[in-house]
Amino acid sequence: MRYASILRGAAALLASTLLCGAAQAQDTIKIGVVIPMTGPFASTGRQVDAAIKLYFAQNGNTVAGKKVEVILKDDAGVADTTRRLAQEMVVNDKVTVLAGFGLTPLAFATAPIATQSKTPMVVSEAATSAITDKSPYIVRSSFTLPQVTMGIADWAAKNKIKKVVTLVSDYGPGIDAEKTFKERFTAAGGTIAAELRVPVANPDFAPFLQRVRDAQPDAVFVFVPSGIGGSFMKQFAERGLDKAGIKLIGTGDVVDDDLLNDMGDVALGVVSSHHYSAAHPSAMNKKFVAEFEKANKGMRPNFHGVGAYDGMHLIMEGLKATKGEGGDALLAAMKNVSFESPRGPFQIDPATREVIQDVYIRKVERVPAMGNKLYNVEFETIKAVKDPTKGQ
Amino acid sequence: MSAALAGLKRDTRWRWWEFALFAALLLSWVVLPGRALLLNEIAILALFAISLDLVLGYAGIVSLGHAAFLGFGGYAAALFAKLVMPDPWVGLGFAVAVTALLGLLTSVLILRGSDLTRLMVTLGVASILHELANKMDWLTGGADGLQGVAMGPLITPFGRFDFDLGGRVAYGYTLFVLIVCLLLARKVVHSPFGISLQALRDNRLRASSIGLSVNLRLVAVYTLAAGIAGAAGALLAQGSGFASLDLFDFHRSADVMLVLVIGGTGYLYGGIFGAIVFKMLEDLISAWTPQYWNFWLGLFLVLLMLIGRERLLSPRSWLRRRGA
Amino acid sequence: MLTLLFDGIAYGMLLFLLAVGLAVTMGLMNFINLAHGAFAMAGGYITVLLMSRAGVPFLATLPIAFAITALAGALFERTLYRPMYAKPHLDQVLFSIGLVFMAVTAVDYLAGSQQQNVQIPAWLQGRFDLQWIGIGKYRLFIIVLCGALALTLQALLTHTRFGSQLRAAVDDSRVANGLGINVNRVFMLTFAVGSGLAGLGGALGGEVLGLDPTFPLKFMIYFLIVVSVGGTTTITGPLLAALLLGIADVMGKYYVPKLGAFIVYTVMIIILVIRPQGLFARTGSGK
Repeated sequence: MRYASILRGAAALLASTLLCGAAQAQDTIKIGVVIPMTGPFASTGRQVDAAIKLYFAQNGNTVAGKKVEVILKDDAGVADTTRRLAQEMVVNDKVTVLAGFGLTPLAFATAPIATQSKTPMVVSEAATSAITDKSPYIVRSSFTLPQVTMGIADWAAKNKIKKVVTLVSDYGPGIDAEKTFKERFTAAGGTIAAELRVPVANPDFAPFLQRVRDAQPDAVFVFVPSGIGGSFMKQFAERGLDKAGIKLIGTGDVVDDDLLNDMGDVALGVVSSHHYSAAHPSAMNKKFVAEFEKANKGMRPNFHGVGAYDGMHLIMEGLKATKGEGGDALLAAMKNVSFESPRGPFQIDPATREVIQDVYIRKVERVPAMGNKLYNVEFETIKAVKDPTKGQ
Repeated sequence: MSAALAGLKRDTRWRWWEFALFAALLLSWVVLPGRALLLNEIAILALFAISLDLVLGYAGIVSLGHAAFLGFGGYAAALFAKLVMPDPWVGLGFAVAVTALLGLLTSVLILRGSDLTRLMVTLGVASILHELANKMDWLTGGADGLQGVAMGPLITPFGRFDFDLGGRVAYGYTLFVLIVCLLLARKVVHSPFGISLQALRDNRLRASSIGLSVNLRLVAVYTLAAGIAGAAGALLAQGSGFASLDLFDFHRSADVMLVLVIGGTGYLYGGIFGAIVFKMLEDLISAWTPQYWNFWLGLFLVLLMLIGRERLLSPRSWLRRRGA
Repeated sequence: MLTLLFDGIAYGMLLFLLAVGLAVTMGLMNFINLAHGAFAMAGGYITVLLMSRAGVPFLATLPIAFAITALAGALFERTLYRPMYAKPHLDQVLFSIGLVFMAVTAVDYLAGSQQQNVQIPAWLQGRFDLQWIGIGKYRLFIIVLCGALALTLQALLTHTRFGSQLRAAVDDSRVANGLGINVNRVFMLTFAVGSGLAGLGGALGGEVLGLDPTFPLKFMIYFLIVVSVGGTTTITGPLLAALLLGIADVMGKYYVPKLGAFIVYTVMIIILVIRPQGLFARTGSGK
C-alpha cells in the first residue's frame, strides 16, 4: 500500500492551492523580459540584463506618475520555456509589455500569445525578418539580417572579391543572411561557389571549413549567432584559411564586441557590416560604453546590449505618450517613436514595425587610443536603411 | 476458486483512494482555475509517466529515449492541425495512431540484448528522431520550431470551446484524456496480459519457459505505451499551438524517469503523484533560474539512488534497521 | 579526402582516450556510468584554469589533469560508486544522470556557459600542407600521444600482473576474489585510471571538440556508442570502434552534411540489433 505516496500527492495538491495568486499592486507597470540567462546563449542574456539595469539607473523608473517594474525570467534558450514564461507573465503577473527574445525561435513561439492577449511585444535581440509578420503586436528594437547584410554584399562586390562561399547557421537569421547576400552579390556580378549551413546547436565547424578551403574562394561570408564567433575564429585559423588567402567577411555577429578582444590577432582585418559598434564615435555612445563597462567589470556592450537599452527607451517613450496605458494605445504610440541612440539615429517604421537605422561597414583594428584593444572601426556609413524584404 | 485467483481478483477491485484521486482530479479543474497552466503541465507529464510505467514498471525495460514518442506525437498532432484539419480530437487520434505504429516498429529493436544495449538503442532512436526533425526543416521548421499551428475549437457535449490563454480548456481536455488512458491502462494491467507482463519483468527466462510468448508481449506493451506517450505529446503541442525540437530532448526522457522513481513504479498511479511533486518543486525552485533547478534535481537523484528507492517511499523502513 | 581521413583518425583517437575508461569499468563493474563525461570535462577545465590563472604551460597541464581526475575518480569510486554496484541498472543509470546534472550545472555556475578557449602552444599550431593532405600539427600530436597510450594500455593489460588480475576480475569477479585477488582494489585503481584518461582526453580535446558545461551531455552518446559497439572486454575493440566512429562522423559531415549525426546513430542501432554484445567482443561469461 503506497499510503506515503498518496499522502504526499494530496499534500502537494493542497500546497498548490496555497500558491494561488499573490496580491498585486495596481499602479505599477510591469515589463516582462524573457531572455536566455543560462545555456549556450547566456552571453546575450548577460548583455540584456546589464543594459536594462544601466538604462533604469540612468533614467529612473517612473513614467506618467507610475512606477515601472521589470520582471526578468530565464528561458535557457528553449522555445517551449519562453512561451510558457511569457504566458504566465501575461496571465498571472499581468505585464503591460513583453520584451527580450534572444533568438528567433523564442520570438516565433511567443508571437501568438502577444496577439491573443493584445500585449505589445518588443523584440530587442532576435533578427529574422519574418518575426514582425507573426503578430501585429511585435515591434522590433534590434535589427534584421537582410538590413545589415546588404552593406557587406555591396562592399565585397566593389572590392575585388569575385568568388564567395557562404557559411551560415541553419535557422531563421542565417537563412535570411544567406539569401540577402546571394541576391545582392550575384546582382553585382559576383559568384557564390557554395552555400553551407551549420547546425545551430553544437556546431562543429571543422568539416565545413574544410569544404570552404577546398572551394578556394576569394572570401567566405559568415553568419553565426553572437557567442559562437569565438570558436569559429579559432577553427578558421586552425584550418589555415587565413594563410590560404581567403578573406573573412560577414555580418557583425561573427566579430561581436563582447568576444572580439579575446579572439586575438586572427580577427584583424575582418570586414563586416552591422548597425552597432562599441567604437562608434558619438558622444552618446562613448558615455554609454564607459558607464556600461564601469558597471559590469569591464564587459564591453555589444549590439545585444544596445538592442535592450534602446528597447527600454522605446517602451518608456511609448508609455509617456499614452500616459501609462498599455494594449493597442501603447502599440500605436511605439510605432511612432524616433530618437538618438548610442548606435546612431533610431526610428521605428510605422508600416512594418521595424527599425530604420544607419548601417556601418567596419574593419577590425587595434585602437591605441582605446587601450590598444581590438575594435570594429567604422569606415563607411549607409544612412537610414530599411529592411529590404518588406514592401516599400 | 483457488487462493491465487482470489488474490488476483482482489487486486482488481477499486480502492477508496482511487475514487478519491479521480474526484480530486476533476475537482481541481473547478476549484483552481488560476493555476490551469501549471496543472495542465502536471497532467501531461503524469500521462507521459504512466506510459513509461507500463514499459518500465510492468515490463522491466529500461528506456532512456521515451521522449521519442512524446516528440513524435507532438509533431504529428501539430502537423495534422496545420496541414490537414485543426480539430483537436481527430488530431489526437491521428497522433496516437502513428505513434503507436512507431512503437510497434521500434519495439523490434529492444527485444534482444542486455540492459546497456536497450539503453543505447532507445537513446539512439530518440536521437535519430531529434536529428530528423532538425534536418527536415521544410516540414518541421527545424531549429525554429513548428509555427503556424492554429487549433480549432474543442467540440464537446457541453459546447464548443476555443483554447484560451489561461489554459482552462486545455486542462479540461488533458484531464479527460488522462482519465480515459488511466482507466484503459488499469484494465490492461489487471488483465491476464498485464499479470503475465509482471511475470516477464520479474524473470524473463522463467516466464518463457512456462510458455509465455515473451517477444509478443514486449511488442504489445511497447506499442501501447508509445500510443499513450504520443497522446501526451499531442496534448502538449495542441495546448501550446507549437512544437519544437525540445520535445525530443534527453532531459525529457530523464525527467519522466525521475517522476516515476519519485512516485513509485509498478502500480500505475506513481506517475500522477510523481508528476505533482516534480512539477511543484520545479516551479518553486526554477523561479530563480533553470540551472539551479537542474543542480538540485541531480543532487536529489544521487541521494535517492544511494539511499534506495524503496526505503524512501516507505517511511517505516527508516525506523527499521538496515538488513533486518 | 586524405585530410578528412586524417582528421577522422585524430577524432577517433581522442574518442578512444575518452571512452576507454568507460569501456573497462563497464566491463569490470557491470556499472552503467553515464557520468564518465563529467571527468573528461573536469580535465578540460583544469587545463584551462591552470593555463589562464597559474600560467602553467600546456604540456605540463596534461599530466596534472590526468592526476587530479584520477584522484577524483578513486575518491568517487570509494565513496559514491561502490554502494551502487549491487543495485539494479535503472538505479545506476539514474544515479549517474544525477551526477552529470550536478556537474554540468556546477561548472556552469562557477565558470559560465561560454566555450572555453584552450591556448595551445605556438609549436603545435598550424599545419603541414603537403601535396595530397593537410596535416594539422595539433591533430598529429593527438594521434601520436593517444597511439602511444593505447599501446601502453595494451601492454599493461597483457604483460603485467595487474593486467592479468584485471582481466580475471572482468571475466568473473567472484572467482577472482576467491583466488585471492583484491577485487576492490582492482576496481578502484581501474576506475581511477579510467577517469584520469578521460580527464586527459578532455584536456587534449578542449581545442578540437570545444569545452563548455554541456560537454558531458553532448558527448555521452558518442562514448556509449564506442563502448557498446566496441565491447567491454578488450582494449582493441573500443579503439577500432572509436576510429570507425570518428572517421564516419567526419566524413559524414563533409560529404552529406544534411544527414550528419543521423548516420552515426542509425549505424549504431543496426550493429546493436545484429550483434547485441558489440562488434568486437569476445564471448566470455555472460554479462
